[in-house]
Amino acid sequence: MKNRPLHIIGKARRRVDARAKVTGETRYADDLNFPRMLHCRLLRSPLPHAKIVSIDARRALALPGVHLVLTGADMPTTFGILPVSQDEHALCLDKVRFVGDPVAAVVAQTELLAEEALALIDVEYEPLQTISAPEEALSHPEPRIHDYGDSGNVHKAVALSFGSVEQGFAEADHVFEDTFHYAGNTHLPLETHAAVAALDPDGKLTLWSSTQTPHYVHRAVAKVLGQKPSRVRVISTPQGGGFGGKTDPFGHEIVICKAAMMLGRPVKICLSREEVFYCHRGRHPVLMKLRCGVKQDGTLTALHLQTLLDGGAYGSYGVASTFYTGALATVTYHLPNYQFEGCRVFTNKPPCGPKRGHGTVQPRFGQEVQLDKIADKLALDPAELRLRIVAQPGSLTANYLRVQSIGLADCIRSVVRRSDFSNKHRKLPYGKGVGIACSSYLSGAGMPIYYNDMPHSGVQLKLDRSGLVTAFCGVAEVGQGCDDVLCACVAEVLGVEVADVKVVTGDSDLSPVDLGSYSSRVTMMMGNAAIAAAERAREIVATAVADKLGVAADQLVFAQGRVFDAAAPEKGLSFREAVVLAEAAAGTIGTTGSYKPEKPAALFKGGGVGPSPAYSYTAAVVEVSVDPETGWLGIDKVFIAHDIGRALNPTLARGQVEGSVYMGLGEALMEEQAFRRLPPKLSSALVHRTPSILEYKSLTSLEMPEVDIELLEDPDPNGPFGGKEVGQGPLLPIMPAIANAIFDAVGVRIDEVPITPEKILKALAQKAAGKPGRIGPKDFPSVSYPAPLFVPTPWQGGDGRATNEVARPKDKRAKNV
Amino acid sequence: MKQPISLIVNGERYDTLCQPNLTLLEVLRENLQLTGTKHGCELGECGACAVLLDGEPVLSCLVLAMECAGQQITTVEGLARGAELHPLQAAFADHGAAQCGYCTPGILLTAKALLERNPCPSRSEVREALSGNLCRCTGYLQILDAVDAAAQVLREEQR
Repeated sequence: MKNRPLHIIGKARRRVDARAKVTGETRYADDLNFPRMLHCRLLRSPLPHAKIVSIDARRALALPGVHLVLTGADMPTTFGILPVSQDEHALCLDKVRFVGDPVAAVVAQTELLAEEALALIDVEYEPLQTISAPEEALSHPEPRIHDYGDSGNVHKAVALSFGSVEQGFAEADHVFEDTFHYAGNTHLPLETHAAVAALDPDGKLTLWSSTQTPHYVHRAVAKVLGQKPSRVRVISTPQGGGFGGKTDPFGHEIVICKAAMMLGRPVKICLSREEVFYCHRGRHPVLMKLRCGVKQDGTLTALHLQTLLDGGAYGSYGVASTFYTGALATVTYHLPNYQFEGCRVFTNKPPCGPKRGHGTVQPRFGQEVQLDKIADKLALDPAELRLRIVAQPGSLTANYLRVQSIGLADCIRSVVRRSDFSNKHRKLPYGKGVGIACSSYLSGAGMPIYYNDMPHSGVQLKLDRSGLVTAFCGVAEVGQGCDDVLCACVAEVLGVEVADVKVVTGDSDLSPVDLGSYSSRVTMMMGNAAIAAAERAREIVATAVADKLGVAADQLVFAQGRVFDAAAPEKGLSFREAVVLAEAAAGTIGTTGSYKPEKPAALFKGGGVGPSPAYSYTAAVVEVSVDPETGWLGIDKVFIAHDIGRALNPTLARGQVEGSVYMGLGEALMEEQAFRRLPPKLSSALVHRTPSILEYKSLTSLEMPEVDIELLEDPDPNGPFGGKEVGQGPLLPIMPAIANAIFDAVGVRIDEVPITPEKILKALAQKAAGKPGRIGPKDFPSVSYPAPLFVPTPWQGGDGRATNEVARPKDKRAKNV
Repeated sequence: MKQPISLIVNGERYDTLCQPNLTLLEVLRENLQLTGTKHGCELGECGACAVLLDGEPVLSCLVLAMECAGQQITTVEGLARGAELHPLQAAFADHGAAQCGYCTPGILLTAKALLERNPCPSRSEVREALSGNLCRCTGYLQILDAVDAAAQVLREEQR
């Protein structure tokens, strides 16, 4: 397929589902209605940490119109997204772990009635001490929030050492030590989570849900309800945004399945906005310490990164999140020696999980702000410093990530040129500043969430005499455009228009498994599977046409709805006629394609987090205005360049870049998942400070600055048509670029996000008083990290294994399937 | 106690029964099955449920259905011209202004009201008009482009 001219890929196009979206015909989960449908509401814990002594639902059940009340005892099997953290119950069984933890469910004729009945459920709690912050979790191993984890309230503590940081620091001319804090924030998808469960006419359970990961929900529902997976159907409805917030299986999905099975009637649940703030699974608050050794010319000699994650009340993706805070530090700049220590603790707050950039956003902020400090100290231009140390393409990093294409240097040059950075940095008037930062992100996680040897994505094609091509794939449409990518890949290979391809996605009964819309994996993995399936179909059709026309099959061109001889384009057939020939010659036509990433080069424990078929790269320059009187921070302009490999549909790619910039600006300036204590007379509960859209501030159309984008297209050998991810990477450089621009504007360092006018004013006041003009964490607590696994680097002759790791039993992995 | 109510939605009269405390949003979505109007907060904070009431944008989660009797209600279902998309819809589709599409109905209607009031708005006037409609996907810029492109088409139609 190499060197074929492209007709669809790379052209800006209206997405295939655009019409439904602009006419209001897209059916989101809460838009589904069925005859006899009942409604479910959840009773949630008002206490952050307590034992459940008793639940009495008699008064609620006595209310006319109430059909069912469920409690934890009805679904005692645990579940969770990761095999190692099966720590959730659909409804709490014996204790509650955060304000908002679901305790009971009412199913009633109407939503209002269900809500009314919640107040009639009597729950007796025995309060336990609340663990409200990571420092408290470390100093209070008791009471334990969970009875599993590495120790006390430490969920996971990990340590990895690649090469020798001691030697690296010894070789350095300077060693920089900085601490940073990244506050938690949440996804805030405009659509709140919703789901409907029903028995189909054959008695089979069907769940429609606004989930990014229907396959994992399928597994969780089957597990908790003790059903054969073949007797459960999960359909991912198009979602009104997800950003990672809909990637966990949720208790409410299991509850309505249970209710539908018990009552034999459809049951719907739609969470309120406040509930979504409590469901969370968003950005972990991370405290971090970076020690970085550098030579006088800017060459990095070593990095020692320590992170402390506030995990909230459940495991969620937390073990992966912990490893992700250390996984991608090596892919942007060459790091000869690297040590990473990460620790995630449980606290009595809504569980944290994956949000756009999962776990890599926080250390990237620290790394890029520290680089700015290094450049300042070495009197180097920060763009020039970065260009000197960019990692090498086609190489293995210190932590055994296999990196193919790296467009980072070109990204840096692009933003520097377009923003005129060199003529502005340190040269603008007081109050005006520019900052630069870079980043990289995965094009899909290299390992599945549960270990197995099956494909990560599968595509099935059906072609018939009508000329229609139907593509089936289990992907979930969050809004990112996976249906469009699927259509485009198939249409391109078969030379038909996108309108001649119909997609059937996100339905476990109909479509082959795809692991879901997370880790920016869909274009890479579904795209490659789609190409493979389409190439097989093309071969079947080409064979039949070659026979008919007397032309060699490899001489045939599939383009513009025709199949014709490359040497004599007039000699050919319409695609439909070609399929008729093929169907006659070969019988009914169906093909499959599947995709599984190459096995990681890393063979040490924890090496499964970080590998990816390809890494995208981004550089950004942000121009800011800071008012020294008020601390007010204005974002004047954002210049961004993204190494995307190839933009399959530039309209959608641009949308992902701008959307990432927007979300990054929100995180940098205002978004914060913050908590407060209620006064003792109100239970001292730890509640969300702003569980509403009005108070949880995000950018409106008034605050969004103009964004100048360049998509750099250097096709990656592993990507479909060379494409790499675009949905997450462009978020990462925004926050550090802003922090760096503020330093350029007024000479103060804000080493934490969000960056508010109050913090800027305070830093300016400190500076004026002769103290360091810096806001940020003063120190890093003492964390008992385990002894590190020592992994010799590739350039030390390492083979990807740790020298001090006890051999891992292989069959332990297989059990998780 | 449910009461009879007549609403004129997209030029058609609908007779239904509803509790007097139901919002226009609820009656549109639940009684009339017009689910194109979305909800993101039901507290008047996000703009997803915006519809037009006699041509003016209102948040349907903050209006009682009973108050709307006799007024012309326009929802996203009433925007297209038969099978043909309204120029705003076509421009949103072409410019990538609808990603997840959940804020789209509210924004389309708010933009329609703007262009009827001001056929040639500046970019900052569009920003101002849409500032009550949150979008979490796009970063708004493709939406601004789409409104601008649609305004041009509509102006040409007027000539």
